[in-house]
Amino acid sequence: MLKNRLIPVLFLKHGWLVRSEQFRYHQNLGNPLTQVGRYNTWNVDELIYIDITPDDHYDILRDDLGGVGYENPRDILDIIRLVSKECFMPLTFGGKIRTLEDIRRRLALGADKVTINTQALADPSFITAAAEEFGSQAIIVSIDVLKNDDGTYEVYTQLGQEPTGRTPATWAKEVEERGAGEIFLNSIDRDGMANGYDLDLIRRVVDNTHIPVIACGGVGKHQDFARGIIEGGASAVAAGNIFHFKEMSYPLAKKDLKKVGLNVR
Amino acid sequence: MTHIGIIDCGISNLTSVKNAFDYLCINAEIVRNPHDLPRYSHLVLPGVGAFRRGMQNLHASGFDEAVVDEVQKGKPVIGLCLGMQLLAEHGEEFGITEGLGLIPGDVVKLQLPSSPEFRLPHVGWNDVQQLKTSRLWRSIDDNTAFYFVHSYVYGSIPDEQVIGTADYGSRMVAVIEHEHIFGTQFHPEKSQKSGLQLLKNFAELC
Repeated sequence: MLKNRLIPVLFLKHGWLVRSEQFRYHQNLGNPLTQVGRYNTWNVDELIYIDITPDDHYDILRDDLGGVGYENPRDILDIIRLVSKECFMPLTFGGKIRTLEDIRRRLALGADKVTINTQALADPSFITAAAEEFGSQAIIVSIDVLKNDDGTYEVYTQLGQEPTGRTPATWAKEVEERGAGEIFLNSIDRDGMANGYDLDLIRRVVDNTHIPVIACGGVGKHQDFARGIIEGGASAVAAGNIFHFKEMSYPLAKKDLKKVGLNVR
Repeated sequence: MTHIGIIDCGISNLTSVKNAFDYLCINAEIVRNPHDLPRYSHLVLPGVGAFRRGMQNLHASGFDEAVVDEVQKGKPVIGLCLGMQLLAEHGEEFGITEGLGLIPGDVVKLQLPSSPEFRLPHVGWNDVQQLKTSRLWRSIDDNTAFYFVHSYVYGSIPDEQVIGTADYGSRMVAVIEHEHIFGTQFHPEKSQKSGLQLLKNFAELC
């Protein structure tokens, strides 16, 4: 049987790994390449890198946060090239993808899939064009959602800064129809808060689609992963911060998923 | 001497496959010109994307006939994911398309039970049952998980050519072997240690 995937998500800003909170605060955690060996040792199911750099600036001159023996990556393409030489697991890269050429360049360097967000909302036909060119399996549409004070959900664009007026379940269905292979669903208000996934949000999107949904945003403890799968119905569960701040959190999280009877690797 | 030729069919994840052989210290190169194929001892046909586009690319570059020629001379070949599907006689993705015809069989859409847990594409790690002994399985345990991502699968193929299956709603063809022709529906280059072992086993066939 197909296993539930547990996926570390690495957010990158100006070339550095960051911890993210509500899409607004970002704490620098250092050179992203220093973590790569650890993911291999842990046999992680898959990795997702998302570049949230708002401009084109990569801060390569800082040497206070680089790991010993690791060069500072010059840009996201550099990171793809270096990670894919060492990690023989599915690699997804997102952020700043606007053209088919952007996708082609990432796949050619060793990415297996890309996530598209802002461009998909700006021009939904881009999803179809990308799926026709590279296959649906390579195209993940990432959906950032904010829960408004009145309890309604709204899709945001531009790194979670701009409301779109779209509801997540409807947009998810549309991206599926347009050819996306998977959905990466992130909750802006849960991001970095460690208060668990927004299970209601996940359930709404899962129930309205037939493609795999990767849930992200809010994991604070290992039990949250199991709830994302069992109660939310997600095919895969993802998180960023928890894997940075707890020793051995990945293998221990897998163990906890097994304990509650879930089928993981 | 082992010299792997990785065929560039335009839309495949060549770098990942090349990286895997580099990591294993196995001599491998990306082949862009079909006339160069005779130089290599083993061929790898990688692939992601759609059947129709894959065949169009192989045809446009002249790789279709060149690959068939080399394989008919007895050269070992392995198709990975879409590459395995292209070895078939036909594929039905975006209309019926003729394949390379090296494996008798057709590639059809995965039929799933109507339950929300079965989604398409079939993405993720799934256990592979080893139905037959094979040189590809050397040092790989039965029921090892490999990474799959696909929506189409071999629908009809002689049983004796199926050496591995996986279960997603029903049994499906995961690995094929016919003389010196091999194929994996999963991505060994993305399946960590066990996937690398499988590629190594292929490279060590003579």
